[in-house]
Amino acid sequence: MNRLTTKRRAAFVLALVSTAGLTLGACTTTKQSGPGAVGNSAGSKGPIKIGLVTKTDSNPYFVKLRESAKAEAAKHGDTLVALAGKFDGDNAGQVSAIENLVQQGVKGILITPSNSSGVLGAIKKAQDAGVVVIALDTATTPADAVAATYATDNEQAGKLLGQYVKARMGSTKPQIVAMDLDPSASVGIQRHNGFLEGMGLPLKTPDIIGSALTQGDQTKAQQAMENLLQRVGGQVNVVYNINEPAARGAYQALKEKGIANKVLVGAIDGGCQGVQNVKDGEFVATVMQFPKKMAEDGVNAVVEYAKTGKKPSGFIDTGATLITDKPVPGLASKDTTWGAANCWG
Amino acid sequence: MHRGRRGESARRLFARNPVLGPTAALVLAIVFFSLSTSTFFNIDNFSLIVQQSVVIGTLALGQTLIILTAGIDLANAAIAVFGTLLLTRLTLGGLPSAMAIVAGLVACTIAATVSGLLVTRIKLPPFIVTLGMLAVMTAVTNLYSTGTTFAVPNGTLTWLGNSLYLFGRVQFTMGMLLAALLFVVMWFVLSKTGWGRHVYAVGNEPEAARLTGIHIDRTLVSVYAVAGLIYGFAAWMALGRTPTADPNAYQTGNLDSITAVVIGGTSLFGGRGGVVGTVVGALIVAILRSGLTQMGIDSNYQNLATGVLVIAAVAFDQATRRRA
Repeated sequence: MNRLTTKRRAAFVLALVSTAGLTLGACTTTKQSGPGAVGNSAGSKGPIKIGLVTKTDSNPYFVKLRESAKAEAAKHGDTLVALAGKFDGDNAGQVSAIENLVQQGVKGILITPSNSSGVLGAIKKAQDAGVVVIALDTATTPADAVAATYATDNEQAGKLLGQYVKARMGSTKPQIVAMDLDPSASVGIQRHNGFLEGMGLPLKTPDIIGSALTQGDQTKAQQAMENLLQRVGGQVNVVYNINEPAARGAYQALKEKGIANKVLVGAIDGGCQGVQNVKDGEFVATVMQFPKKMAEDGVNAVVEYAKTGKKPSGFIDTGATLITDKPVPGLASKDTTWGAANCWG
Repeated sequence: MHRGRRGESARRLFARNPVLGPTAALVLAIVFFSLSTSTFFNIDNFSLIVQQSVVIGTLALGQTLIILTAGIDLANAAIAVFGTLLLTRLTLGGLPSAMAIVAGLVACTIAATVSGLLVTRIKLPPFIVTLGMLAVMTAVTNLYSTGTTFAVPNGTLTWLGNSLYLFGRVQFTMGMLLAALLFVVMWFVLSKTGWGRHVYAVGNEPEAARLTGIHIDRTLVSVYAVAGLIYGFAAWMALGRTPTADPNAYQTGNLDSITAVVIGGTSLFGGRGGVVGTVVGALIVAILRSGLTQMGIDSNYQNLATGVLVIAAVAFDQATRRRA
């Protein structure tokens, strides 16, 4: 091989590396379950095909959502086709997943949009093809782009955490560090704002002394927290976390710094590991959401539509429950034993 | 002309010492952040920056070997993440931690060796092979973990998170020391042994290397195997830093490690650079994050700064090679 071709090959590799994210993003993965039935037209009897598009298929939250939806579909003798984006935020992957499902003749599509407005075009096309589209877990923007939304009221989930932390703080002035998600994700903004509302603070409060975009990733949250602690020092007394992995990262940084016991770490999600973190006293509380209920209600709505042609509508709150072993008066909560029995993965 | 000649000799200087440019950037960054924030320049922060660089830095060490042969490894972080789950689940299942660690090192070595065999035996480009391995390892990890995060039991698995304090003040984690040891060993092997010279020769002029009697395929496979072993150590270090085995961790670890290697002055065209540059490269990325955070700058701008630096580093490499 001569010098030139080596160079060309290297340049090719370089170009490919820079697009690696895109390459991966364009892929989606398919999982089929249930009897191999084919879709029929509305109002008819017999098995139908239901599509499910989650943000990813590795997060245990979406694994639970998928398994619950599969089980519910199997109960009716129907087939669930589950697709997912490659990573959280993979809009292109979700768009092609919707297109593929419509192509397969599904009766309805359940989707947890990665980007609340990025999938609108694909949803519109699906609806024009006679498919009922329902959002699970995350609403679209605008919310009426889909027939109905079965989800946690994320603002309410954040508010519950905020109210709890406020009660625990009493008259102490909060000095908050916020481990946020990503600027493009509505769920991050809703939880963050709900938390501040629960704390009784305005949106632009000076009491937030630091914040970071963590993508809900444990290692990124840990690094961000370490760097923020370097800046704000030991004055932080509350850490708000978009989810439990971020909270674990933040807690690890606080622990290394030796100030974990002086800080109230609160999370939202309700995963089994997160409930355990509350039980171990690492987090003061987490707010549990219920993906199983979203999946079951969503599947039932599609089955109903196939039978009667009746579409569900509006926002259906599937609930959020505060999990803590140190309840405060006037705020309903469940303990970690209940949490361990009801967590999602 | 006089000025032109001086420019030419500077270019030669940088071409002969690929670490010089990155080191200058490192010093500049430290000076800049020390002057512009009050919290950057202190020993705790420096220790922290090194701790933050350990896992990506070690992944980048393996990556350096492969890039020196004009290859690339997109699967390194995925292999290490699989390692973290294997170590944790075997230990939780009752295997002694030391044996679980050995099993993890072996598994990571095998995974990377498979990439090496595909590159040499089937003559596929490393980019394609490791892109495939990335997907395979990610899927295997998800299946093995059932998507669940596991808490890591305290003990041998988290030992690398323990610290020594020099002068009762300067914090060194065991992970930092192990990473330093690996870097020194690899620096020695690459610069002082025949195998090291073969690695550079294969990356630089494969045809000339073959004519001088170097077994190119054998060298390549051994490079992937050694890189895999290093990824196994990175997996153990990751458990020391954050004691949870999370199948979704280090999703951008492959690109982050390539970033560190490239900023460190190792050429993507192979045959030029080395592990010293990679240390510098990994530190520069962590310093940017730390310093910009302390200046109160948003994470999006931190990513932007890193991106600009990568492009600048490659452009610089190109410019110095042109006349070298």
